[in-house]
Amino acid sequence: MEDKITLDHGSGGKMSHELMENVVLPYFANPMLDKLDDGAIFSLQGMRIAFTTDSYTVDPIFFPGGDIGALAVNGTVNDICMCGASPLMMSAALIIEEGFPMDDLKRILESMKESAIVAGVKIVTGDTKVVPHGAADKIFINTSGIGTIPHHIDVSGSNAKPGDKVIVSGTIADHGITILAGREGISLKSDIKSDTAALNYLVKRLFSRSRDVHTLRDPTRGGVGTSLNEIAQKSNVGIRIYEDKLPVKDEVKGACEILGLDPMYIANEGKLIAVVAAKDAEKVLNGLREDKLGVDAEIIGEVVEDNQGKVFMETAIGGTRIVDMLHGEQLPRIC
Amino acid sequence: MVKYLEEFRDPAVAKSLIKNIKDISTKDVRFMEVCGTHTMSIFRSGMRSVLPQNIGLISGPGCPVCVTSQGEIDAYVETARLSNVIATTFGDLIRVPGASSSLQNVRSEGGDVRIVYSAFDSLEIAKNNPDKEVVFFGVGFETTAPTIAATILFAKEKGLKNFSVISSHKIVPPALETIVATPGLKVDGFLLPGHVSLVIGENAYKPFFEEYNIPCVISGFEPVDILKGVHLLVDMIEKGKPELVNAYGRAVTPGGNPKAREAIDQVFRIEDTVWRGLGTLKMSGLKIRDEFSNFDAEKKLGIKVLDTPEPKGCGCGEILTGLKIPPECALYKKACTPSKPIGPCMVSSEGTCAAYYKYHED
Repeated sequence: MEDKITLDHGSGGKMSHELMENVVLPYFANPMLDKLDDGAIFSLQGMRIAFTTDSYTVDPIFFPGGDIGALAVNGTVNDICMCGASPLMMSAALIIEEGFPMDDLKRILESMKESAIVAGVKIVTGDTKVVPHGAADKIFINTSGIGTIPHHIDVSGSNAKPGDKVIVSGTIADHGITILAGREGISLKSDIKSDTAALNYLVKRLFSRSRDVHTLRDPTRGGVGTSLNEIAQKSNVGIRIYEDKLPVKDEVKGACEILGLDPMYIANEGKLIAVVAAKDAEKVLNGLREDKLGVDAEIIGEVVEDNQGKVFMETAIGGTRIVDMLHGEQLPRIC
Repeated sequence: MVKYLEEFRDPAVAKSLIKNIKDISTKDVRFMEVCGTHTMSIFRSGMRSVLPQNIGLISGPGCPVCVTSQGEIDAYVETARLSNVIATTFGDLIRVPGASSSLQNVRSEGGDVRIVYSAFDSLEIAKNNPDKEVVFFGVGFETTAPTIAATILFAKEKGLKNFSVISSHKIVPPALETIVATPGLKVDGFLLPGHVSLVIGENAYKPFFEEYNIPCVISGFEPVDILKGVHLLVDMIEKGKPELVNAYGRAVTPGGNPKAREAIDQVFRIEDTVWRGLGTLKMSGLKIRDEFSNFDAEKKLGIKVLDTPEPKGCGCGEILTGLKIPPECALYKKACTPSKPIGPCMVSSEGTCAAYYKYHED
């Protein structure tokens, strides 16, 4: 491993996993952490609790469809939901760079407040630090959250079973492309918006349609391709997906063409992947489509017995190719 | 635009082309797709899994990062380390290791290295940072060269004093000749690069075709485009009638784009240059003309591009000419992986080694 941290270590792909497994985990290893799900799940006085934390460092901090505040609340709410839990309470810690405009801070706090109301969670504790100019980039936010898991629900990255169907709740790659388009120096004019949203009501709807939801994931950093690989590896199954079933907006497809990026590896902030027993797949799909956050939901593939730990795509022209985990950051190509 | 693309991805058209290819193909053939974007499209569409076994597709020297010489990479790293410089580059380049470091490592050590999507973005950065020298690393073929030329022309017109370019641009036809002349290499036909042809035009390949009489098809980048190209090549071979065909007529004209060529001619002169793995190719590089030397970072900052040997064992050269496929390189997947690449073919998303690695083609 390199002697310095590079941005590839933060990409969510293979190098992030290597950093986690080779450097971080050895210090803290325990059965709850070792599962590497979106949050830890444990029992406390007869209740099953999900506990999760995440830090938000997005640049730009304001973007079409949301801002860092909305992300910080929705992201943690979603991580709790992906454990099968209903989110209850959150913490929020702000690290602010000296000189940051007060109005921008208020705008972010307002957005956090609104997102928390929409998601039905309370921010009950927090912290604020100010660091000298240059020691942080504008503002960073860390949020943690807890929620309770009903007894009949048992979802985990390791629960996917051969025969299950793989559902994605809507169009992929919207958030990542919005952020790229918003960065200094990229003049992509488009109407693409971040999909940042709290998924707790969508998850509720999902569980109301099926008791056989085996795995939930929100494909944030690293995108759908990375999340599917994690599921295939943890559950020791193969996953086959169909290129022509993947929901991708035309504008997002176009931007990916120009930049040479694969939407399978681009971040989402308001989408989920559900691995569901085949018998319930249509019911769940229809349920998701009744919600405005799930209108574009599709069954994109299925879990298979062979090719354990791998994700395959049946391409539109009838070919087959592997969908590997990304190594580091996706880099835009030259021509 | 995307709707327009869909018809070139139409599964029904693709499937009927595949059937036609299977119907007429009897001989063992190897075709070279010259452009890295072709390589990407072939792998992403799973095309190799649907073509008959007797048709081999090998990747050529058309990935801009892959043919960038070791000395050029070292020059970029040296430039990025200068304290008054903001180094601007296309994304793929930043991971390529030079002799001592990569741009990515320089950035993690505090160097100001920024990824841009167009050289015009570098001009913006130059305008906003008048006390810094903003250097753009000009890598690519006839496709990117016109925009870089336009950037330099624009900078000159606006009197911008803190913007310069290291020009490592290369031109494609000399590389084709090198490949055909490589001993031990069998290429039965070429899929010629669509984007490059857009600029240089179909006629630019005529001297090459007339000299070597080898089947050539200028092809677009969608799966249907490529399958159409393969179909045409197979047909020529089966009939024993080599031709130069422009199958990308929706974009490429016989004469190419005169404005783009004019911009190249105005700013650059052609000279011998070193290609990674191929060595020095005569009259194959674009260097900045003397009248624009204020925008030539090599002259302005005293940066020297040396003819540095490539890392020991790196098979990029043989892979770029199709002599070897990645699994035949001793370093592939062992010492050389996308996380720790040794040669640029493993770095660029369009590189053959990266494609083999990503899609497990071994």
